[in-house]
Amino acid sequence: MFDAAEVERIRNDFPLLGHYQEQEAGGRRLAYLDSGATSQKPLSVLEAEQEFYERRNAAVHRGAHQLAVEATEAFEDARAAVAGFVGAGEREIVWAKNATEALNLVAYGFVNASAGLGGPEAERFRIGPGANLVITEMEHHANLVPWQQVAAHTGAELRVIPVTDAGRLDLERAEALVDSATAVLAFTHASNVLGTVNPARRLVDLARAHDAVTVLDACQSVPHFGVDLPALGVDFAAFSGHKMLGPTGIGVLYGRAELLDALPPFLTGGSMITTVDYQQASFMPAPQRFEAGTQPVAQAVGLAAAARYLAETGMDRIAAWEEHLAGRMLAGLQEIPGVRVIGPEEIGQPGDRLATVAFDVEGVHAHDVGQFLDERGIAVRVGHHCAQPLHRRFGVTATTRASAYLHTTEEEIDVLLGTVAEVRGFFLR
Amino acid sequence: MSLEQLYQQVILDHARQRHGNTVPISGLPEVPRPPYFGHSHQVNPTCGDEITVEVERREEDGRIVLRWDGQGCSISMASASVLSELAQEAKPDEVAPVMAGFQALMHSRGQGAPDEELLGDAAAFHGVSRYPARIKCALLAWKAFEDALRQASADYPDENGDRSTGAGRNEED
Repeated sequence: MFDAAEVERIRNDFPLLGHYQEQEAGGRRLAYLDSGATSQKPLSVLEAEQEFYERRNAAVHRGAHQLAVEATEAFEDARAAVAGFVGAGEREIVWAKNATEALNLVAYGFVNASAGLGGPEAERFRIGPGANLVITEMEHHANLVPWQQVAAHTGAELRVIPVTDAGRLDLERAEALVDSATAVLAFTHASNVLGTVNPARRLVDLARAHDAVTVLDACQSVPHFGVDLPALGVDFAAFSGHKMLGPTGIGVLYGRAELLDALPPFLTGGSMITTVDYQQASFMPAPQRFEAGTQPVAQAVGLAAAARYLAETGMDRIAAWEEHLAGRMLAGLQEIPGVRVIGPEEIGQPGDRLATVAFDVEGVHAHDVGQFLDERGIAVRVGHHCAQPLHRRFGVTATTRASAYLHTTEEEIDVLLGTVAEVRGFFLR
Repeated sequence: MSLEQLYQQVILDHARQRHGNTVPISGLPEVPRPPYFGHSHQVNPTCGDEITVEVERREEDGRIVLRWDGQGCSISMASASVLSELAQEAKPDEVAPVMAGFQALMHSRGQGAPDEELLGDAAAFHGVSRYPARIKCALLAWKAFEDALRQASADYPDENGDRSTGAGRNEED
């Protein structure tokens, strides 16, 4: 865990945080508690992108000139760095424009296989009526809507593992819902609303017992605690660059090598083929078969710098600090009359809850809560956070969500708590 | 600009005591539809706020009967309540300038001086125009109203033969 001095040192690495600190004399303070939506960037990430453009920019995997070789090296080194960050092999990391595209890549791989593409090796991705796809009630729309599309294309049934009132997955129901006809178990590693960290290993074992493919939404886990994807045993996983201190415009798909080589491509075109004639084409092995067209090269370089920054800071220490902040936020919010936390109200055991806390303020809509907090320089997310069905499940249309990160201070949490405590007095006047 | 200017007391009052907020008949199959009737369901996909507005043109005089129901922030709910108060039993050509005035005020980026005589309680929303993220909240009910009124007026035999509802139907929110 960090001490206050270390958090201060970390904050100095983030130009945006410094910018608002300088403005404090002018009256504008910023407590950025919206890292769950997108994270701020340390200087090393900004510099890595700039250095790439200033010294090494060229088309990758094409061209024989020296600069192109250096650009390709930077691009592939970035892949190796990000792969290492999640314990994966280089060939198991595919770039996408964001995590949503990465999840769609897998979903449409199933659709294409089910339409007969991909040859005999794509057999295990072929599904039809009678098969089922299992997701959870706490999925972000990005890991929900693509599976609805797969169901619509293939006739497969979409099943949903319920969430308990306490904000945890109902694992007994999960065991009943996953069966021999289950083709896919797609679930989030950590909920972007509830803050719940799901028992991934246990869900993977359940899927494996029924020979189902697992797809993990790791957008909220990889940025916040150490994740070794092969050790978890998942078949596929997706995460985004911009939520883990990296640039926008890049997401990552992890897939076990043997599966990636068998999955039919989603986007097709240049750079992903071996030979093309007018009637047909054959495709490169993974990861290139999924990387059609010009890739987010500078973003990959920036993301690798972000992974290095996180690794050097230490994921275990980041996780411990955030858990400390989560405890402070949960305890404080629940002392405020009229405030209800949506999600686990406390940390059950270490590592089972993020410092992402959604809450409802009785009698005051989340938009109004957010406006009130913004007026005091506190940036939070309000709305359904791309999880409409989950909000309906908890009987609300919108919540206010505060999400911390490694640079969040105890003082920021306390300012949040003090300000939330004033909300009802203002609006119910 | 202070939060008190954005959330004026009249807005908070309307958000609590909602004028015209009742169960829409469009969701009740057993209730017969009036002859000149329209309804519109609008959502704000970024926050999930939603509203249903129903408009009926009274057969005898063409005046507006408005019902609405919805879920949302105080700005969106108060705006619907104020709209209901302004449009209830009014003629479409009386409401048209109010709608135009309110839309113009919302897009004024905080520069517009509200015409209190024309807008009534709706003038209290002038602060909203300084908050781009909230303009949609304020206009949600008005957008639904415009759509519902157009439907309700489609077959209504206006005296002057003019079936226009005043505001353009494709006007941007």
